[in-house]
Amino acid sequence: MPPEAPASGGASIEPTVREQMVVRFCGDSGDGMQLTGGQFTTSSALFGNDIATFPDFPAEIRAPRGTTFGVSGFQVQFASTEIYTPGDMVNAMVAMNPAALKTNLEDVEPGGIVIVNEDEFTKVNLRKCGYDEGYNPLEDDEFLTRYRVFPIPMSRLTRESLTDSGMGAKDVDRCRNMYALGIVSWLFGRSLDPTIDFLNDYFGTQKKKPEIADLNISALKSGYFFGETAELFPVRYEVAPAPQNPGRYRRISGNEATVLGFVTAARKAKKNLVYASYPITPASDLIHGLSRLKHFGVKTFQAEDEIAAVSAAIGAAFAGDFALTGTSGPGLALKSEAVGLAVMYELPMVIIDVQRAGPATGMPTKTEQADLLQAMYGRTSESPVIIVAPAGPADCFDVAVQAFRLAVHAMCPVIFLSDGYIANGAEPWLIPDVEAIPPIEVTHPDVTNNEGGPYLPYVRDPDTLARPWPIPGTPGLEHRVGGLEKQEGTGNVSYDPDNHDHMCRTRAEKVQRAAALIPPLTVRGPESGELLVLGWGGTYGSITTAGDELRKQGLPVATAHLRHLNPFPSNLRAVLDRYETIVIPEINFGQLRTLIRDRFLIDVVGINEMKGRMFRVEELVTKCRAILKERSGQAAAGRKRHA
Amino acid sequence: MPDTALPTYKAKDFTTDQEVRWCPGCGDYAILAAVRKTLPKLQTRKEDYVFVSGIGCAARFPYYMNTYGMHSIHGRAPAFATGVKLANPQLDVWLASGDGDLLSIGGNHTMHMMRRNLDINVLLFNNRIYGLTKGQYSPTSEFGKKTKSTPMGSLDYPVNPLQLAIGTGCTFVARSIDVDMKHLEAVMLAAAAHRGTAFIEIYQDCNIFNHQAFFYASQKDTKADATIELEHGKPLIFGADREKGIRFRGTKLEVVTLGNGISESDLVVHDMHDHGLAFLLAQMTHPEFPEIRGILFQDTERKPYDELVHEQLEQAVEAHGHGDLHALLHEGDTWEVTG
Repeated sequence: MPPEAPASGGASIEPTVREQMVVRFCGDSGDGMQLTGGQFTTSSALFGNDIATFPDFPAEIRAPRGTTFGVSGFQVQFASTEIYTPGDMVNAMVAMNPAALKTNLEDVEPGGIVIVNEDEFTKVNLRKCGYDEGYNPLEDDEFLTRYRVFPIPMSRLTRESLTDSGMGAKDVDRCRNMYALGIVSWLFGRSLDPTIDFLNDYFGTQKKKPEIADLNISALKSGYFFGETAELFPVRYEVAPAPQNPGRYRRISGNEATVLGFVTAARKAKKNLVYASYPITPASDLIHGLSRLKHFGVKTFQAEDEIAAVSAAIGAAFAGDFALTGTSGPGLALKSEAVGLAVMYELPMVIIDVQRAGPATGMPTKTEQADLLQAMYGRTSESPVIIVAPAGPADCFDVAVQAFRLAVHAMCPVIFLSDGYIANGAEPWLIPDVEAIPPIEVTHPDVTNNEGGPYLPYVRDPDTLARPWPIPGTPGLEHRVGGLEKQEGTGNVSYDPDNHDHMCRTRAEKVQRAAALIPPLTVRGPESGELLVLGWGGTYGSITTAGDELRKQGLPVATAHLRHLNPFPSNLRAVLDRYETIVIPEINFGQLRTLIRDRFLIDVVGINEMKGRMFRVEELVTKCRAILKERSGQAAAGRKRHA
Repeated sequence: MPDTALPTYKAKDFTTDQEVRWCPGCGDYAILAAVRKTLPKLQTRKEDYVFVSGIGCAARFPYYMNTYGMHSIHGRAPAFATGVKLANPQLDVWLASGDGDLLSIGGNHTMHMMRRNLDINVLLFNNRIYGLTKGQYSPTSEFGKKTKSTPMGSLDYPVNPLQLAIGTGCTFVARSIDVDMKHLEAVMLAAAAHRGTAFIEIYQDCNIFNHQAFFYASQKDTKADATIELEHGKPLIFGADREKGIRFRGTKLEVVTLGNGISESDLVVHDMHDHGLAFLLAQMTHPEFPEIRGILFQDTERKPYDELVHEQLEQAVEAHGHGDLHALLHEGDTWEVTG
């Protein structure tokens, strides 16, 4: 799809062809930067670029205007090749005020484009964001030579372009973000049509304010024309469409894909879905998304707290629905007793944890992957659950379907570990053919397994060790489930020591046997050799890109990614054994590393940080190079000693 | 649910093969017997009952009922029961738990179940003590109560379960007592017929840790003066010779003796649909007042939450059609890549 420029002209500047560009929009949290970035992304995706986004916003909904802690940003990388991350360094940034510039500038590459709304660089605003008295970056030669800075009086130009609209100053000023989007759209040759369609639909149709839609569209076009006619920019960029597998695509965020995945799972099992949750960042979009899908048989329940949410989900599972609850780390802690009960009941359900930076309230809008050990061990006694983790936004869909497949297969709770980076990030998604997704087989017995006696709810399938899932309403199958230890078979309360040992082992073994449903781990790069970088969760993009880069540099580095944390894929040990050094980068202090060392008694090198953000590719490349160098040095020294 | 005639059940049909393990003489036995006797009188199939409980002595209840049952975790029974009703509103869900479980650790969930008006029958076994943990004071224990954890007397002011229920918008609120099985059965029948949360506070004797806590309300010689049976549309009269009554004095209630110019027409007439009156009557506590028995309040208008949830599902299907998964996945801006 070629960009449809609203008018001819401006073509006098020959565009520079780039393989990929990273653009960041930043401004006050009330400046509409998320929407602006989202629209730019949609236009790029529709154009055919591969895309990856990273929204970064404060926890404060409307922090005082102009302060640094109220800055909201949206980063997008778009490329003519396959990409896996939103990019390390920013090539072009739009800063709507001095606070946004101040907090985001360090991520812009030297020589990068910096477009600022110069009207906002007033004495008051500069002071508000903590610049030294009398300092204005726009008058700082060092700043002006280090970057390609384009100060544009966007507030004034937006007002001037909308003077004839007859609309109030407040409405007019709100259109500044669209003016900025217009400028950037011109810079990268992006069509305005998707945004115009969006504005007409959102303001015109949904909000019934067509005059606001018109106002925004005028501002958008004015920004574009400004870019075209002002000849301010000596450059224009062209990023060609990326080769992608044929099919129909859409842009999707992790939370959106999670919603669709779980709805699909329920549909594939011919089940209704109960989603019980208590609002918590960054998981709340799940209930927002699911609550509008009632016509799919989705029942959403905003519970009074996290414990009620998980408990209601378990109640729904007992009664035969697909039961789902979602939260973030602190909520998972609250749910842990009930999850233990679901382990004891042996009922299928899925618990979503969209991880965020902790401990405690931590940094709610920032990402982290430090709940793995909580998911694994954060319950009383021996209480094993299945753990899965999507690798990126689109992957949430497949992993959600897989989560229920495993839950039903093993009659066991499954924890789905997403994170803030995955949940809010977006990428193109090749929409799957729903018919091609295999059904999830669910059987509810309707005849007793113990003629003449009480039904036996804890008689197991000899292969999977799963118990049956009889549901209330079925005559003759009346039975009780409870948190007290149960006798194998009958489910009656039992304090027998051998029975308890047997049941604990069986519940653990049952989880391990679910590995039968898990595809083998595959590697990218050399099948054996010096270094394997192993990841899980949201680090997939950074690790994959770093691995590709290292191999481009001629280094023998392979990468692999775990979607299943418990049980592991059956071939994990064999894969690990093929490499001399295993490196695990994690946004925690080495939780998967701990599990791998514990399980396989092998050494693993960690790359760990807790900065509330994803690894930069460059960091991983540098650290892996250092590890390789150190190891080959050690090997050489070792050979010397042995010689 | 099969489309055949309802079988005739007997109490023993609701009895499991599990030995009941409450202490001999515990009030729970009488409640269990009353429930087993009540269920055969209802138009519900055995397989459609679900008994849900939390933790505590009373919470062992489901193990002894030959129905579907969930013995859950401490305090959360209302939430589990809510989930059962969300999944299948056709099920007849009963919740049996104690004062510690439902009013202390689970107070939050009890409140929210009642305000949402889930169609659940709640049996609150109130013995004003912690039994299973061996004798600490409970949220209904009287102020100053000396227990193992309060050797100098409890400093907690007790919660009034009926007022809590009325205050949170519960649509059916009643009180009964373990030893009066006929009364208990009658109240349970009315609760079972109610659509919405039916909350029954049952005075229950813990004969080990708080024996005779409700003697005043159960013994022949005291109960006529210490309790008052509520009847809708009837004046509030009590006493061994029905010589006493309750009347308004300003905005407050007072006990009066009939005669000497005070007649029945001066007394408060019970209106079980009057929310404000219910709150006042719930406040009456021994020994200043007789404590109420029977149905304190009922709101027959409000629809149960679970019913509304399923109505919304139907409305959504009416408005958008039965969800089309293919269309859902293709929502929003999509683009085609050709090979």
